Amino acid sequence: MPTLPDATQLCTQLAEIMRPHVTPKTALVGIHTGGVWVAECLHRELAIALPLGVIGVSFHRDDFSQRGLHKGTKASNMPFDVEGAHIVIIDDVLNTGRTIRAAINELFDYGRPARIDLAVLVDRGDRELPIAATWCARTLTFPASQTLALERDASAQLAFRLIEK
Amino acid sequence: MTDVVLAPQPAGNPQLNAHGELQHLITLDGLSREIITAILDTAQPFTEVAEREVKKLPLLRGKSVFNLFFENSTRTRTTFEIAAKRLSADVINLNINTSSAAKGESLLDTVDNLAAMQADMFVVRHGSSGAPHLIAQHLAATGRDYIHIVNAGDGRHAHPTQGLLDMYTIRHYKQDFTRLTVAVVGDLLHSRVARSQIHALLALGVPEVRVIGPSTLLPTGVARMGGNGGKGKLRVFHDMREGLKGVDVVMMLRLQNERMQGALLPSAQEYFKYYGLTPEKLALAKPDAIVMHPGPMNRGIEIDSAVADGAHSVILPQVTFGIAVRMAVMSMLAGN
Repeated sequence: MPTLPDATQLCTQLAEIMRPHVTPKTALVGIHTGGVWVAECLHRELAIALPLGVIGVSFHRDDFSQRGLHKGTKASNMPFDVEGAHIVIIDDVLNTGRTIRAAINELFDYGRPARIDLAVLVDRGDRELPIAATWCARTLTFPASQTLALERDASAQLAFRLIEK
Repeated sequence: MTDVVLAPQPAGNPQLNAHGELQHLITLDGLSREIITAILDTAQPFTEVAEREVKKLPLLRGKSVFNLFFENSTRTRTTFEIAAKRLSADVINLNINTSSAAKGESLLDTVDNLAAMQADMFVVRHGSSGAPHLIAQHLAATGRDYIHIVNAGDGRHAHPTQGLLDMYTIRHYKQDFTRLTVAVVGDLLHSRVARSQIHALLALGVPEVRVIGPSTLLPTGVARMGGNGGKGKLRVFHDMREGLKGVDVVMMLRLQNERMQGALLPSAQEYFKYYGLTPEKLALAKPDAIVMHPGPMNRGIEIDSAVADGAHSVILPQVTFGIAVRMAVMSMLAGN
């Protein structure tokens, strides 16, 4: 089993990978909940001018008919004009790609962005949709029986944890 | 009006499935604080959908929602229709007053026919208390309990989505239910809205609910609704001025002239004098009190225009919140 990477270090690495591509028009949108924590960190490190957007994917999930509405459904908030924007969707872990598909659908409910990129801390593979990250700090593989979860403690420190399903 | 007689219910709440999740929404009576709070929490993100460029979500895509209105309604039917359409459902409106029931078809025959058209959800309004429950029982007994029932008002019994949107409105403006004094004023006798409101207020921990009205328009035994586990206190007032003193929320009810049988009131003018909400009576409530009304309003009978259109009124936000609350209820039922 691979040792889990330091989440804070990965945030810094991801910021450095993204830095050459950031323009004054770049807007960051974090996916609830782990993606928002990462997006907050990137927003700070990259000194992004546009306010940070957050996105909840419950309304567009493709497992609604099997699992129903998720408890703790979170609202999206787009504090900038999505129409014509250059948006970077931020998430903690990229796996099947289904969350990203739902997030893109959600974004289009607010307008037509000029461009959407995807930045993630960890790409753990096992995609079920034709989706790839534009920028990724680390690639790791895990058995399907394990969930890689990002957690945040009371002092706002980020840490990865492996959870048996 | 004759009420539908129901067969004895097995133990447990008939609205909940085997996992304790909401399968139907028939009444707020007996729903826990946790379930009511979960509905209000779920409604929150739905309020924001109205601000989007695309006011539509795919949650009920491919589902058929039948609005079965055996009684007239414009606002409730419209808000249910908007809610279902914003969830991408196909919505079929049936005004049964003007259709088969008028030709003599029974309620359950109508339901069977619509179920055969692959209905996924019935939104039911009926003049008889218990009709939505009867439909739910009938569907369960015939193995079709995958069809969800939402009660949109039955007789004098319940109007749960109205009660929920009222709770959502109160929480929006006042946050904490456990510090409030709430007055429910007017024609409680005929009001399914009032029954749903009182059940919800007590379940959510409101310490004092005051019911205010003439004794002819208060149901007998209304004070006993407060005996709900000994938590909330329910006080009855016949003097509106006395009852409004220091309240945080004033929930007005419509005077239901169309349901009045016999001489319950001397005249509308006299009713307004004693139980109409005027700026002068409202001044007895807390300075930041909010005024609510489920609509449609009878201006100059239960509420003065100066209050209905005044700074304390949250009557139009109630309507807006009603769409989000109904979207939340329909999504939760469809997903359970």
